[in-house]
Amino acid sequence: MFLNLPLVVVVLLALIGIATILLKRNLVKIIFGVTILTSSVNLFLVTLAYREGGIAPIYTLAPADVMVLPTPHALTLTNIVIGVATTALMLSFAVIIHRRYGTVNIDEIRELRE
Amino acid sequence: MIPEFILSNAPALLIGVPLLGAFLSPLIGRLSRDARALWVLAIITLTTLIGYLVAFLAYTKGTLIYVFGAATPALSIPPDSGGIPIRIILTLDALSALMVIMTVTVGFSVIVYSLSSDSRRSGLEAYYTLFLLLIASVLGMFATGDLFNFFVFLEISSLAAAGLVAYKVEKGRAVEAGLKFLMVSAIGGVFFLLAIGILYGQYNALNIAMLAGMIQWTPLDKLALVLIIAALAAKCGSVPMHFWTPDAYSMAPAAVTAMLVVVSQASLYGLFRFCFTLYGLALTYGVIGWALIVLGVLSMVVGVTMAIPQKDIKRLMAYHSVSQTGYMLLGVGVGLAVLGDQALLGSFGITAMEGGIFHILNNALYKGLLFLTAGAIILRIGTSDMNRMGGLGHNMKWTMILFIIGALAIAGIPPFNGFASKFLIYESVFAFNPVLSIIAMVVSILTLASFVKVFHSVFMGPQLPEYADVSEAPGSMLIGMAILSGLVIITGLFPEFFVQHLIAPAAHALADPSGYLAAVLGGA
Repeated sequence: MFLNLPLVVVVLLALIGIATILLKRNLVKIIFGVTILTSSVNLFLVTLAYREGGIAPIYTLAPADVMVLPTPHALTLTNIVIGVATTALMLSFAVIIHRRYGTVNIDEIRELRE
Repeated sequence: MIPEFILSNAPALLIGVPLLGAFLSPLIGRLSRDARALWVLAIITLTTLIGYLVAFLAYTKGTLIYVFGAATPALSIPPDSGGIPIRIILTLDALSALMVIMTVTVGFSVIVYSLSSDSRRSGLEAYYTLFLLLIASVLGMFATGDLFNFFVFLEISSLAAAGLVAYKVEKGRAVEAGLKFLMVSAIGGVFFLLAIGILYGQYNALNIAMLAGMIQWTPLDKLALVLIIAALAAKCGSVPMHFWTPDAYSMAPAAVTAMLVVVSQASLYGLFRFCFTLYGLALTYGVIGWALIVLGVLSMVVGVTMAIPQKDIKRLMAYHSVSQTGYMLLGVGVGLAVLGDQALLGSFGITAMEGGIFHILNNALYKGLLFLTAGAIILRIGTSDMNRMGGLGHNMKWTMILFIIGALAIAGIPPFNGFASKFLIYESVFAFNPVLSIIAMVVSILTLASFVKVFHSVFMGPQLPEYADVSEAPGSMLIGMAILSGLVIITGLFPEFFVQHLIAPAAHALADPSGYLAAVLGGA
């Protein structure tokens, strides 16, 4: 039961993220929603990788027998970096939009609609 | 003739060369603009040559495997790893090779075109870095044999493409389009990663071949497949997630738009690769096949009906890309729907897949050509509104001829290449379900109608006084367009040659997941 708790948090975070993306009208808050969604997947990957009593494959700690394969941690790290880049680019777009349109409300950002 | 070093490392160089070129181009650009232009041209030429070499090797010697950090490809699974391929593996089969050919060909033409069309913009150091990065990431998506690497390249392509879409700013409108594109890509990417996590949690593997051998079609696998299809269908601009396409395609510089067509085909390639190769041994073919068919038919119909009333020339063409994506989904979807049945697969399934795959190649060529001609027109007259164009045929004869070639090809008129692939699709889909084939033909007629309208309002009519001194597009832009139009004509005139030597091996590679598995895992 207790071991499933992180997965419950994953689902909650994902739902919060999706709800933020769908319901908020403020561009910056929508970008937060994407970040929360990304975090939920990161937590999911870390949860998958957790082994009780597992030993990290670092040479000074290495026991003779079994260690944890650190692939999911590598995935998580990569995704954190990608997430930072995406968030930074989205926020910088939001800054330009605010400067040009004078608003970050997505109902008013409609120059491209015909 | 070619050094052994290059032959044995070609798959890695295919990604490495444009990546290196991308990050060195701002440095070279400090010297002078001409030095940068030469550098970018040299890098794309080298990438193109390596791309053709890799494709040649993959077609003649069978699936290419490249393992980073191992002396030979046979070491894809290290002996002491307990049967898990922990190294980074590139896998190029005939389908990947075909896609690589398409990417480097279009990439080369658009870079040549871009050297003059975008030469007077500011911020070019970032422009060419992002452009080469985009090409490298697309090549990476085709070459990789690993789910997570595919995700990383997908994200690189999203970031680079979003930066390029927003590059012109255009009073904020281009940034709005870039943000929309990036938002769809980021959310799609997160779903894709979730699917990877689900698969990894069950099978402890990320290698596509390794996973394909173990996949069980459990409810979790089904969920993962749905997430993958949703993410990649959004990225390739299929209905109902197509809303970013017209914005991004119309706001990006023309050369970027032509490349974006290839980028969206890369997501389409991923969709087909994962449906066929990853899930190929376990899938309930009918349901997923029909899902792709429905997405395809919706994209075709919605795309073309939205295209007809458009006034902006690039927006109109963007809706046509949505509609053309539908043809590919339809063709390959029919192949997937009958994949389990050898008799049906032999009688029309493979033909449908050949049509769909051939259409990917053809679409990249003629769609790229059309966007480039639109870019030439916009460069010369400064507007993309078709109501304000007219009589340009008097001054831009070559652009007009190139536009006609592209327009006839997209409408499926012989002897251009759109006819060849659409004919394969009509013929085989008719055997599967006549109604779908009739829809495809009607869409094709509407496409023709729409392009006749464009042709008439842009090029025909008397010369307008405000455009009296408009001149022909610059030479290097014409060269870029001429390469693409030449290929449109050649693939249209000799379709049997291309189908037999390039398309059929690709379709068979896609239809035969066990061959892919044997190539990657069998050697070890």
